[in-house]
Amino acid sequence: MEQQTIIKVRNLSKKFGSFEAVKNVSFTVNKGDVFGFLGPNGAGKSTTIRCLLSLISPDSGSIELFDKSLTKHRSEILGNIGSIIEKPDFYKYLSAQKNLEIFARISGASVSKKEILEMLDFVGLGDRAKHKVKGFSHGMKQRLGIAQTLLHKPELIILDEPTTGLDPQGIIEIRNLILRLKNEQQKTILLSSHQLSEIELIANRMVIINQGRSLVEGSVDELLNSEETVVRIEVDRSESAVQFLQAKFNPQEISAISPTELEVFISKKLVPNLTKELVLAGFAVHSIEPKRKLEDYFIKTIQS
Amino acid sequence: MLLKNTYNEFIKIVSKPRSYLGLGALTILIGIIIFAMKADGESMVSFVTASFEQTLSFNGKLVNGNLIAFIILQMLVVHIPLLIALVTGDLISGEAAMGTIRMLASKPISRTQIVLSKFIAGAIYTLVITLWLGFLSLFVSHLVFGSGDLMVLNSDGLVILPEADILWRFGLAFCVAYLSLLTVATLSICLSAFAENSIGPIVSTMAIIIVFTIIGSLDVSVFDSIKPYLFTTHMASWRSFFEQPVPFDEIMNSIIILLTHIVLLVGITLIKFNKKDITS
Repeated sequence: MEQQTIIKVRNLSKKFGSFEAVKNVSFTVNKGDVFGFLGPNGAGKSTTIRCLLSLISPDSGSIELFDKSLTKHRSEILGNIGSIIEKPDFYKYLSAQKNLEIFARISGASVSKKEILEMLDFVGLGDRAKHKVKGFSHGMKQRLGIAQTLLHKPELIILDEPTTGLDPQGIIEIRNLILRLKNEQQKTILLSSHQLSEIELIANRMVIINQGRSLVEGSVDELLNSEETVVRIEVDRSESAVQFLQAKFNPQEISAISPTELEVFISKKLVPNLTKELVLAGFAVHSIEPKRKLEDYFIKTIQS
Repeated sequence: MLLKNTYNEFIKIVSKPRSYLGLGALTILIGIIIFAMKADGESMVSFVTASFEQTLSFNGKLVNGNLIAFIILQMLVVHIPLLIALVTGDLISGEAAMGTIRMLASKPISRTQIVLSKFIAGAIYTLVITLWLGFLSLFVSHLVFGSGDLMVLNSDGLVILPEADILWRFGLAFCVAYLSLLTVATLSICLSAFAENSIGPIVSTMAIIIVFTIIGSLDVSVFDSIKPYLFTTHMASWRSFFEQPVPFDEIMNSIIILLTHIVLLVGITLIKFNKKDITS
């Protein structure tokens, strides 16, 4: 069965003066995707996202959401999107609840006060509903931003750098929240992030853009070739271990990166056997950890 | 959606401490004027009437609530624009400065509706300020000084208006004064659409009023052709209701000029805001 397309961007371009922020960017997001939107700073991610939300008018190209043209069905489309663009900003002189009431009133849906309070509970701000936002930490504002995003029960959620400026605990909270939205509510999520490990953990599809152009797009598993992996092994004698593994397994790539560490690019299926053979051969194996592949893939793609 | 967002805008205005600055400042200023007139009003009026006493004889209570209300209106209509701009100049640019404009403009409400709801909320705030000015100047002045005939010194001379012939003049004068203040509010909202900070539109509004007022008061022929079209020229047209006979044609002309300014400024704001790329 063909998957329903939620976002279809074709040849999107936008210039600010003589600076081309986005050049012919194209990508597709399907229903139920957690879609990673990757790129270095200044790659054009935020400009593209702002075009999707009609904050910026593109110079050329087309944007279709829910199979409808954004220019022709703006209000209808935006009523079905929840978004956080960079950092969520609120009226600091109003309480969390009042802020949500303001955004709920113009969300195009009927949202009751009870639902607003439930949403504040959902993001862990139930006890701060009456508190003014000016006293909130960045993490609390981010959670309030997520609440604002979900208030009107949108089908598509767009999160632009939702973990920027958060401490590790905050990052984990936001990640868990996104996973809950994906697993419990089956939302389609477009997630732009610098945190490559986050994307690798959460996203099923992704696009990488650089200097305003889309470079690659596809399933995360396919692009990263999930059959194979890079593992970092801490052993007592890395040079000898490299020679031993080279002879025994003939891996695609292997190298000693320090006297006690080596990295090997190998089929995932062979990792347990590799550990066993090292131990049987008398090497003291202190640790084995998978190295994040997206980081390498991202850098290679950007550099190429 | 327009009504819902107008309600939102009103909530934002009433929740901002700066919105009460205008009401507070007005109350204090009018209190000071009433106190000063109570303490020294008779001698001030005697100073004005002294030059007429050879030809006229003044009977009754000249320092009354009507005269005080007229003086208050005359003194404050020049300063109230600043109090209005303090709130209205922040309506669009304040959202850009806070970053909430992104949230607002990515909701299913058209940009035209966003702008119009801000204009309506700004107009309501201006009305509240005007009504508060009216209440304090008329009601409190009458409470303190009582009623009586109104003596107005115009460029044409001294006009004495009987007590029974005054209230309607104040009513219409406040309507025209409201229109003048609404023009200022519209100007500051329009400037607000071009800025991304709160101070710029407020200062620019006052700068424009000062420059236009200076141009209007300069007796230089080169400015004669533009003076009739400057909104500042018509900001004091409420005074015409206290002339005898009332120059309705001139007042109507002022109303048309002020309304034209309002329509043009709203139009410019709509065009600017609808085309604006929100990058803040």
